[in-house]
Amino acid sequence: MTMVAEQTWVAVCPADEVLRAYGVAALLAGAEQVAIFRTEDDEFFALSNIDPFSRAAVLSRGIVGDRGGLPVVASPIYKQAFDLRTGVCVDDPDVTVPTYPVRVLDGVVQVKSP
Amino acid sequence: MARTMVVVGNGMVGHKLVQTVRDRDAQSSWRIVVLAEEPRPAYDRVALSSYVDTWDPGTLSLPGNEFDDDDLVTLRLGDPVETVDRQNRTVATVSGFRQHYDVLVLATGSRPFVPPVPGHDLPGCFVYRTIDDLDAIRAAAGRAMASGGPGRRAGMVVGGGLLGLEAAKALRDMGLSPHVVELGPRLMPLQVDEGGGGLLRRLIEKLDVTVHTGTSTESIQRDSGRLLATLAGGTELDLDLVVFSAGVRPNDALARSCALPVGARGGVLVDDGCRTDDERIYAIGECACIGDRVYGLVAPGYAMAEVAADRILGGTASFPGADTSTKLKLLGVDVASFGDAHATDEHALEVVFNDAVSGTYKKLVVSDDARTLLGGIFVGDASEYTLLRPLVGGELPAEPAALLAPDGNASMGVDAVADAAQICSCNAVTKGAITSAITDDGCDSVPSIKSRTRAGTSCGSCVPMLGKLLSSCGVEQSKALCEHFKQSRAELFEIIQATQISTFSELIAKHGTGKGCAICKPAVASILATLGNGHILGGEQATLQDTNDHFLANMQKNGTYSVIPRIPGGEITPDKLIVLGEVAKDFGLYTKITGGQRIDMFGATVEELPYIWRRLVDAGFESGHAYGKALRTVKSCVGTTWCRYGQQDSVGLAVELELRYRGLRSPHKLKSAVSGCARECAEARGKDFGVIATENGWNLYVGGNGGTMPRHADLIVSDVDTETLIKIIDRFLMFYVRTADRLQRTAPWIEEMEGGLDHLRAVIVDDSLGICDELEAAMAKHVENYSDEWKGVLEDPEKLARFTSFVNAPGTPDPTISFTVERDQKVPVLLGVPEVASR
Ligand code: SRM
Ligand SMILES: Cc1cc2nc3c(=O)[nH]c(=O)nc-3n(C[C@H](O)[C@H](O)[C@H](O)COP(=O)(O)OP(=O)(O)OC[C@H]3O[C@@H](n4cnc5c(N)ncnc54)[C@H](O)[C@@H]3O)c2cc1C
Ligand code: SF4
Ligand code: FES
Repeated sequence: MTMVAEQTWVAVCPADEVLRAYGVAALLAGAEQVAIFRTEDDEFFALSNIDPFSRAAVLSRGIVGDRGGLPVVASPIYKQAFDLRTGVCVDDPDVTVPTYPVRVLDGVVQVKSP
Repeated sequence: MARTMVVVGNGMVGHKLVQTVRDRDAQSSWRIVVLAEEPRPAYDRVALSSYVDTWDPGTLSLPGNEFDDDDLVTLRLGDPVETVDRQNRTVATVSGFRQHYDVLVLATGSRPFVPPVPGHDLPGCFVYRTIDDLDAIRAAAGRAMASGGPGRRAGMVVGGGLLGLEAAKALRDMGLSPHVVELGPRLMPLQVDEGGGGLLRRLIEKLDVTVHTGTSTESIQRDSGRLLATLAGGTELDLDLVVFSAGVRPNDALARSCALPVGARGGVLVDDGCRTDDERIYAIGECACIGDRVYGLVAPGYAMAEVAADRILGGTASFPGADTSTKLKLLGVDVASFGDAHATDEHALEVVFNDAVSGTYKKLVVSDDARTLLGGIFVGDASEYTLLRPLVGGELPAEPAALLAPDGNASMGVDAVADAAQICSCNAVTKGAITSAITDDGCDSVPSIKSRTRAGTSCGSCVPMLGKLLSSCGVEQSKALCEHFKQSRAELFEIIQATQISTFSELIAKHGTGKGCAICKPAVASILATLGNGHILGGEQATLQDTNDHFLANMQKNGTYSVIPRIPGGEITPDKLIVLGEVAKDFGLYTKITGGQRIDMFGATVEELPYIWRRLVDAGFESGHAYGKALRTVKSCVGTTWCRYGQQDSVGLAVELELRYRGLRSPHKLKSAVSGCARECAEARGKDFGVIATENGWNLYVGGNGGTMPRHADLIVSDVDTETLIKIIDRFLMFYVRTADRLQRTAPWIEEMEGGLDHLRAVIVDDSLGICDELEAAMAKHVENYSDEWKGVLEDPEKLARFTSFVNAPGTPDPTISFTVERDQKVPVLLGVPEVASR
């Protein structure tokens, strides 16, 4: 028999603490790290904070913008861009970072493990 | 079986011949043996003077000169040919090596002429023709600089022609004060007329070269370790060395020794197929006398190499005559002469435009109906040369006077040049060949035209024309910053300055598209910072910054940061050193002395940075901007304070400069150094702007670079006082900040600037654009508004709040960061990070 663990949304911070076109990092249970981004259009996205190329936990500190209209973040280490919606690396589509569900409820940003 | 061709001499022309034969000899019917006197394979003698910039012979070597992978070419270096035996068809070298030939080509060039002045052979007397000559001059100059006696170190160049002025420049670059002694009534008597020569003299004298014309050197004597030259009028010069550059004589000794006819004024006599009296022997280049002339330029030599190659391979080519146009930048002064520059045609008319104020002299020689261009001379500004030279013999596109008036050539474009006209005279490439490379072969940049047609690969004077031809063929070389802005960085700078837009969102809404990216955001942030829009983390600006600027520290491979406080000029008190030691110890930071004369502390996490900086700011440190595209360091040597050779207070000046320009945001990082004397212990010539002390003040060098494309900085002004020095650096930096591309250091900025160093000097020294006041005012504003960025963060709770590891756990350090110990200090390990890349 398989147990399906019911995942819960974790409240992370007030939405207005995240500037537009900016990212922050949050710590989840089990030392898991998520990078949460707010775009210029007020959409929120969450990716793993770990940059697959350098293996450093830094994606939240990248610059948020667009590539041909797609929302992206550029890793601060070697500058590859990742699609915020899918986690796919735009410069090397063989590489993907995990994405996390994210929402804003009552002015509070919430994420949960996928 | 292949026949044997022996080439005597491996200069530029001999090399061209070997290359041409190897390119065209599809049947491999010739085996080539090159016998050379010099110890290294062919190099770019035309660019010999630039050897002084690098002292690296490699930068002069001609492509493919080693023939490593070509079995049909044998190079025998450093062993000159001594005899030719025409009967048995063999040559013999000094070392006794013998070689049989089926065809022999003499490409022995010229020897410098040394007038028989008493003392001409004393130690300290040199000629100027080979890399070895320059090495010897350098060694002597170095000894003179090191000897440190009273008076200035000086050198004399005998001969004020093209090469003499190049030699004077080389001496000046080595730190000597040059004197040029010319027998004729003016400098460069062969190329320029009296009016042009007068102006050239004034311009050259301004550059600290002492010019003596209409006089000869009577004698050179030894005088207590130095040399004493006496000129015809009785003038005596105290010198450290002498360079003879009084013309060249064709090297025809081999031909004479085997009884081949030579020209009246020397040179191996050849017919228009480059063949001597002996049908198996050819002569090409400077050693040949063809059509009763000996040519001292490389382009006619290359043409002879082509002709001889063709004939040897069975063709019938003949020498078409040659263009002896010259365009040079001598000590930064433009000089050009072309066609019938001296109006020798009896019907020729001369149209002269002489502007003593702006320092330009221009003359056109035209036919008596003023419609056909015959030749011309330019001094001071030769920008019209590249357009006009190809028109010689053809119809003028406008009235001669209109062409010469300032801005006159606005009416005349590259379109006026006929397809058959040569754009690149060095490599005989016509306009038609270049436009067809662009339109038919798809060349879309200057480098691609160079590799396709070879135009622009020798003296380089035609390169600006290549750019113009590209645009006239409709090829736009894109300057767009990124997909969001079609403007270049310089254009965005102008827009922001003119419109006073102060946010990225407004700029992209009005002048760009999309949301921006990691290229345009930091670039715009840098422009906003230069123009003084408050703290770099203020408001929206925080979201534009690259992580280094955002955390005012440099991100390392494991996501930690390094901390580099400013240590102006590298000068630091023991107390401050102790503070650095204590801070590093308390926070457990790895420490290292940087290449920029300061101290770097590594391994700080985001949330530790404000605590570390609190301690540093309290102890009187401030941001070192190691993270920014901004001024990094002004290195110094100890200078007069301690050093027995110091000429000025180099530490004092370095500190002053570092404090003046700290915090200035720029297209790329900026580095500087100040040395206390020409020994150059601070490596100033490797910097964007470097200062070297002289007896009378300071020499300023600009455009140096370490990094992947190292380049020595060029002298822009010499012997100036501190106030003038700072004024010129202010202008230099502001001009760079405004006009360079994103991530373009000063070296490529100057190299790519139209008109190069001369144009830069005109703008920032002579104020040719009338913008110097504005540049100085902008710098004054920067200096006045400077405040320490780290202090700004520590005083502002909102900014401080961003220095957290996690929004939901601000005090918890990133759990993936871990360290190990190596040589007694901690270093990062990436073990903490799980593998996530799925390849
Ligand atoms: C720390 C230091 C090495 C050291 O331990 O000595 C260093 C470290 C870095 N250098 Fe450097 N350079 C350091 C002195 C130099 C020097 C020597 C000098 O300044 O006298 C040079 C050659 C001089 C020059 O710049 O012309 C130098 C030429 C470069 C270059 C090549 C620049 C170029 O124009 O090609 C880069 C790459 C770049 O900037 O694109 C670079 C880039 C870097 C980066 C930013 C690479 C990176 O992205 O991580 C390093 C980060 C610094 C950090 O984390 O603190 N570093 N780097 C030196 C800091 C000096 C200081 O006190 O600020
Ligand atoms: C500083 C300087 C600047 C110049 N600037 C320009 C310029 O701007 N534009 C321009 O068109 N020209 C310029 N020139 C001239 C140009 O360099 C020459 O025209 C060109 O190099 C001639 O080529 P060459 O092969 O005929 O002779 P060289 O390049 O002189 O080569 C001849 C070679 O033959 C060797 N040799 C001589 N005798 C023997 C022997 N018996 N056995 C074996 N080898 C022998 C010599 O050592 C030498 O290496 C400049 C020259 C100098 C020195
Ligand atoms: S450069 Fe500076 S340290 Fe070196 S010799 Fe000169 S004064 Fe002395
Ligand atoms: S004219 Fe000299 S390289 Fe073209």
